[in-house]
Amino acid sequence: MASPSTTPLLKDELDIVIPTIRNLDFLEMWRPFFQPYHLIIVQDGDPSKTIKVPEGFDYELYNRNDINRILGPRSSCISFKDSACRCFGYMVSKKKYIYTIDDDCFVAKNPSGEDINALDQHIKNLLSPSTPFFFNTLYDPYREGADFVRGYPFSLREGVQTAVSHGLWLNIPDYDAPTQLVKPLERNARYVDAVLTIPKGTLFPMCGMNLAFDRELIGPAMYFGLMGDGQPIGRYDDMWAGWCVKVICDHLGLGVKTGLPYIWHSKASNPFVNLKKEYKGIFWQEEIIPFFQSAVLPKECTNVQKCYIELSKQVKAKLSKVDPYFDKLADAMVTWIEAWDELNPAGGSAKLANGSA
Amino acid sequence: MSHSNIYIKDDEIDIVIGALRTDLTAFLNDWRPVFSRFHLIIVKDPDLKEELKIPEGFNVDIYTKSDIDRLVGSSSILFYGYSCRYFGFLVSRNKYIVSVDDDCFPAKDKDGSLVDIVAQHAANLTTPATPFFFNTLYDPYRKGADFVRGYPFSLRSGVQCALSCGLWLNLADYDAPTQALKPEQRNSRYVDAVLTVPARALMPMSGINIAFDRELVGPALFPALRLAGEGKLRWETMEDIWSGMCAKVVCDHLGFGVKSGLPYVWRTERGNAIDSLRKEWEGVKLMEEVVPFFQALRLKRTTVKAEDCVIEVAKEVKEQLGKVDPVFGRAAEAMVDWVRLWRAVGSSSS
Repeated sequence: MASPSTTPLLKDELDIVIPTIRNLDFLEMWRPFFQPYHLIIVQDGDPSKTIKVPEGFDYELYNRNDINRILGPRSSCISFKDSACRCFGYMVSKKKYIYTIDDDCFVAKNPSGEDINALDQHIKNLLSPSTPFFFNTLYDPYREGADFVRGYPFSLREGVQTAVSHGLWLNIPDYDAPTQLVKPLERNARYVDAVLTIPKGTLFPMCGMNLAFDRELIGPAMYFGLMGDGQPIGRYDDMWAGWCVKVICDHLGLGVKTGLPYIWHSKASNPFVNLKKEYKGIFWQEEIIPFFQSAVLPKECTNVQKCYIELSKQVKAKLSKVDPYFDKLADAMVTWIEAWDELNPAGGSAKLANGSA
Repeated sequence: MSHSNIYIKDDEIDIVIGALRTDLTAFLNDWRPVFSRFHLIIVKDPDLKEELKIPEGFNVDIYTKSDIDRLVGSSSILFYGYSCRYFGFLVSRNKYIVSVDDDCFPAKDKDGSLVDIVAQHAANLTTPATPFFFNTLYDPYRKGADFVRGYPFSLRSGVQCALSCGLWLNLADYDAPTQALKPEQRNSRYVDAVLTVPARALMPMSGINIAFDRELVGPALFPALRLAGEGKLRWETMEDIWSGMCAKVVCDHLGFGVKSGLPYVWRTERGNAIDSLRKEWEGVKLMEEVVPFFQALRLKRTTVKAEDCVIEVAKEVKEQLGKVDPVFGRAAEAMVDWVRLWRAVGSSSS
């Protein structure tokens, strides 16, 4: 097994957030890469169950009782019986960066057979600029061995700050239930050696399985919505966050990268169970996407929280007619921001250099 | 669900090569396994004096200065240097065109097999593109891939792909300042992906390795922006970048897709980046002017044909960029002239 680099990058500036209901055995495989970092475990499901964390990890663990205690009535915005609860971890973190990973994701190997330090690659992605205003055909120009191609305007070569690094998955790909049902045996075996910035104005499906972000730049927008117990929908938590995040990043001039690193996704969830969860989402998505594609944020929205509150108003105004769920979701979005601001008082909270609060 | 392998017949493809060197023997012999099945159109740079050397065994039509003069007559368009290939686009009677620079050779993929660029470009052009929503697993129509969770179902049939932009191993298509700063840098990274460049995203379309559906976007690929110091090295040109930006606007407007990624070609060493720096500077400066223009450019809803789109873009170029630099005024003229030529000569197909 590969050993980590001598000084782990951002050791004291990054938290690893892991939602779980089962166990954390998968951490053993990640030990060489994760052990230097602080973990935030968000335990979903039955709080009376004890989740065993492997020896030697520095962590804090929150179960449902903790979430209720810390947030009080505002805990209603945190999902129950769904990995969407992980966003509670983002809220309580005190670090600049977050890496979140599912407990069925393992270390993958690159084409040379070496173990991939996914965390390392995410950090590289976040610490180098993005290029959302002009597509570079050789992908991330800041990677070693690459650069901007002929015709790429020099004035755009400084890039913008990267807010999100979206990684991918070998083995079980992140397909929806209908696709899983039609292609139960398909495995992602293609290692695409690229990182690229998703252009401004383009939406994408953000998967929360292998995701890193700059909490100071975009944290308040990473709300994973109302899913799971008592909700009409599931498996759209990360999608919802991704659409909000992309609209806000586009508005604030921040970048979103996708591509490397790969992790090895080992568990294929039950497609019939998934279908029940996703069912409404498949229809609602047809309304949701045009909503986000046409969402415009006024220039007075100069920080993430303002953008997010404004989005919640637009959700209430335009999506409530699709289903009353969106009314509840819009309220939950506001509750989330209130909770975020309470746990992250100004001075440490995300604010961009525009001056006014 | 997402694989539609429409096979295209060999006789629907033209391979168009702009010859900037006279001896094409090594070039064509190396490409023989890939090209020999197809009809070739070779256009000789009008500045070249000697006869072209072409090996036996190809189905090829050669066009030279006299053909160009005869067919084009008087025009503001200059078909010198890299622009000579556009004459080949004009006279082609096939639906699909694949065009590579004459200093590019077949690359090897990760398994060590020769990359068949025609097969890959054909696959790119005959499977749908997905410009309205980004698929994180890249081209969903490739074997072993699909749309990911969260991709709207209504967008999964995609749109027609009009343009396929390939890449380059070894000497990547960098500009002169970049290559001069990193003289040893060679591209050795084989990225096994094709992806659709999203709608309204601008990109620098390199002409070094492209393919397109002539019926859909033929009029939108043209030789118009000619640098004052334009030369015989790609570092010293911007014509393809300019044409590509217009073509992308046209594709976005008409609802066609543009793909980028595979296939790779192996691009050989030529020229000296530092020498080219002087000439290249002009192109670099001009690009700064055009970005805001293209970002804001929107065509009228009533413009529904590619050639009319080009006329409209030319008008905007003349009005908005003409006063910035006379090279744009000339480009606008050339674009209008190109459409005229296209209508007269180029618009019929077999």
